[in-house]
Amino acid sequence: MNKINSKEALIAAYNDCKAQLYLRNGAAHDINSAKKEILCCGGTGCHASNSQELMSRMTELIKKNGLENDVKVVQTGCFGFCAQGPIVKIMPDNVFYVQVTPDDADEIIEKHVIGKQLIERLLFVEPLLKERVQDYAKMSFYAKQERIALRNCGLLDPEDISEYIANEGYQALAKCLFDMTPAAVVQEVLNSGLCGRGGAGFPTGLKWKIAAGVTADEKYIVCNADEGDPGAFMDRSIMEGDPNSIIEAMAIGAYAIGAQRGLVYIRAEYPLAVSRLEIAIKEARELGLLGDNIMGTGFSFDIEIKLGAGAFVCGEETALIHSMEGQRGEPTTKPPFPANIGGGYWGCSTNVNNVETYASIPEIIRKGAAWYSKIGNWQPELDENGNFVRTISGNAGTKVFALAGQINNVGLVEVPMGTTLREIIYEIGGGISDGREFKAVQTGGPSGGCITAENLDTPIDYFNLSKIGSMMGSGGMIVLSDKDCMPAMAKFYLDFTKDESCGKCTPCRIGTRRMLEMLEKICDGKGTEEMLDELENLAKTITDTALCGLGQTAPNPILSTLRYFKDEYIAHVRDKRCPSGTCRKLFKLKINESCIGCTKCKRNCPVGAISGEIKQLHVIDQEKCIKCGACIDGCPKKAIVME
Amino acid sequence: MCCCKQLSEGAAAKFNELDAFIDTLGIDRDDERRRGRLIQVLHKAQDIFGYLPREVQQHVAKKLYLHEAQVSGVVSFYNYFTTEPKGKYCIDICLGTACYVKGSEKVLSEIERVLGVKADTHPTEDGLFSISGLRCVGACGLAPVMMVNGKVYGKVTPAKAVEIVKEYKAQG
Repeated sequence: MNKINSKEALIAAYNDCKAQLYLRNGAAHDINSAKKEILCCGGTGCHASNSQELMSRMTELIKKNGLENDVKVVQTGCFGFCAQGPIVKIMPDNVFYVQVTPDDADEIIEKHVIGKQLIERLLFVEPLLKERVQDYAKMSFYAKQERIALRNCGLLDPEDISEYIANEGYQALAKCLFDMTPAAVVQEVLNSGLCGRGGAGFPTGLKWKIAAGVTADEKYIVCNADEGDPGAFMDRSIMEGDPNSIIEAMAIGAYAIGAQRGLVYIRAEYPLAVSRLEIAIKEARELGLLGDNIMGTGFSFDIEIKLGAGAFVCGEETALIHSMEGQRGEPTTKPPFPANIGGGYWGCSTNVNNVETYASIPEIIRKGAAWYSKIGNWQPELDENGNFVRTISGNAGTKVFALAGQINNVGLVEVPMGTTLREIIYEIGGGISDGREFKAVQTGGPSGGCITAENLDTPIDYFNLSKIGSMMGSGGMIVLSDKDCMPAMAKFYLDFTKDESCGKCTPCRIGTRRMLEMLEKICDGKGTEEMLDELENLAKTITDTALCGLGQTAPNPILSTLRYFKDEYIAHVRDKRCPSGTCRKLFKLKINESCIGCTKCKRNCPVGAISGEIKQLHVIDQEKCIKCGACIDGCPKKAIVME
Repeated sequence: MCCCKQLSEGAAAKFNELDAFIDTLGIDRDDERRRGRLIQVLHKAQDIFGYLPREVQQHVAKKLYLHEAQVSGVVSFYNYFTTEPKGKYCIDICLGTACYVKGSEKVLSEIERVLGVKADTHPTEDGLFSISGLRCVGACGLAPVMMVNGKVYGKVTPAKAVEIVKEYKAQG
């Protein structure tokens, strides 16, 4: 492709490339089509389940059968349906296969591609209806989703910029550079109602306006890709599946606020995302979409990648900036805010936004603020020119959630703001796994709280979630069932925040440790009822006194589980009992009279704690037993019980 | 095993490789922003040496014109950096929330029991394995997840994890 040095050149490149996507985007669905594209997920999750071997096997077979002119294997970004990976989508047939292994390659090529027949056994089974579906738009997992930030994930080859251009990529940047002033871009983002998707929900347009208002020769725009919330993986997916939209959005932001340099601060734990981003930056530079004099407009902007090194606190923007400067990632008090001179990267005015926020920007510019602001449940107050004044209620646009835990359809889902938790869990998520009962859903990760059944019908937005004692956070959504213990969950999160506390301020450094110690005592059956009051007091003190967001929100899992599940805490401290059978020190495993002496448990036990002869009652040696539960899973008579 | 001894095997070549990398960065002694390269250089050093013993930290400090304390402060702050050598096979057990609720703690304690070493301490005596707890690799759809030298294994049970370890042990 030639260097793109004008708006016309971009349109010409688009016209040259768009046929590339015809089978995926334009052609009528038809399994009898001779020309086909086999889209295969190339995200981290599917790579782990051998999708690369599957792809090379299919490519081999296509060659062997002389089909390479008609049939092509395309590695795309993540489809979001990670639990069902590896995923294969065949276009224009519009057939969606799940859990495909390299061994299925032959059948896909011979039966589907050559024989034009559907392979029933590879279709997804709807968990609630127990029916097989072939069209992904009809799958309950996708039917209620509205994919904006994830629009290109699972559609385009992330390692080929021409596919992004073919899907109208970089046209939003061209629109800004050629047809809009920087102030107009800021106003458009402000009017769209887009809020920071990293967790705090601060209006993005307002952030840009503040940064644009600072007069300085050197300004930076930063992408916060330090996705630290354990259990959230949307940022990883976007960077792996659609790196170009981040580059385009950062360039738009740089134009709007007047920055010359961009930085992506990304976790070292995401090697695939780093390499995809590197490829995309290199390709964009080669085409003149990054670097000096972008598209011949005189606007210059370039991006550098900065690797993190595993510190949750670096998601906090001041800590992130210190980390990029090669220091310990310790936060500092605001003000000065990063946008202020003296507060940002090397003291320069700096604007930090999250990956998902950036991923929405090109669509907002292309389709307009009016389009985006109508998605979701946003009620803004506008002035006489139709410009944003303040938010009355709700939020605009969509939010990506990482649905995980005890749920049937684990994966990434993008829904309009205002969707209820019930819709997400029971319709998109397909309900609780193993037919268990819903207990709670934890949103906002280690900074968030749990939401119980009584609030399942709350429309999700930033305000409503904090009203019910949780928070949006980055969008991790962990579903818990009756087999999960809430004090143990709180203990899990505190163990995390205790490890991740940077140590700078006392309430967080010492306070998280003390809270964890109390929770450990509670879960070991050594807690007292007074301890619960003490725990709550300490939690509230830390909320009020810690320096940064990490410390201030660290007590949230405790406060919200105490609020909704006090009875479980009481059971632990008063009756020394763990109702869900999670806390190992609070129960013993015993074999009752229904034992038929099949010896299965004896063979399953990893520590040899079970003795007994065939056809005789078996016994567990309590000294040796590690309470792993392997015996329970194997027993045909359900003779092993917790006491 | 003394870490200096281990370092000495081919250490000169490793230091040369690191120096060659640092030379490409154009470090300027008078530029206060040279410090911004520190984490990048430490990543490279850990790639080359496998870990960051004091000797390597001192070397990095000298090359970037920083105090050793500044380097050590950064190394000790970030989880990704380690000052202990690792086993030939690094087993990482994901302890993120999604994996935790799917029972990753049981997988971890079973592997600790079988190998006889605790997570985030030292490698097994034969130098083959070291265990670490890890916070989320972003493959939550496959929870619980374990990794061996970066290869991801999904939906592991304690028994399956032990099988995987045995396979590596057989390879030696």
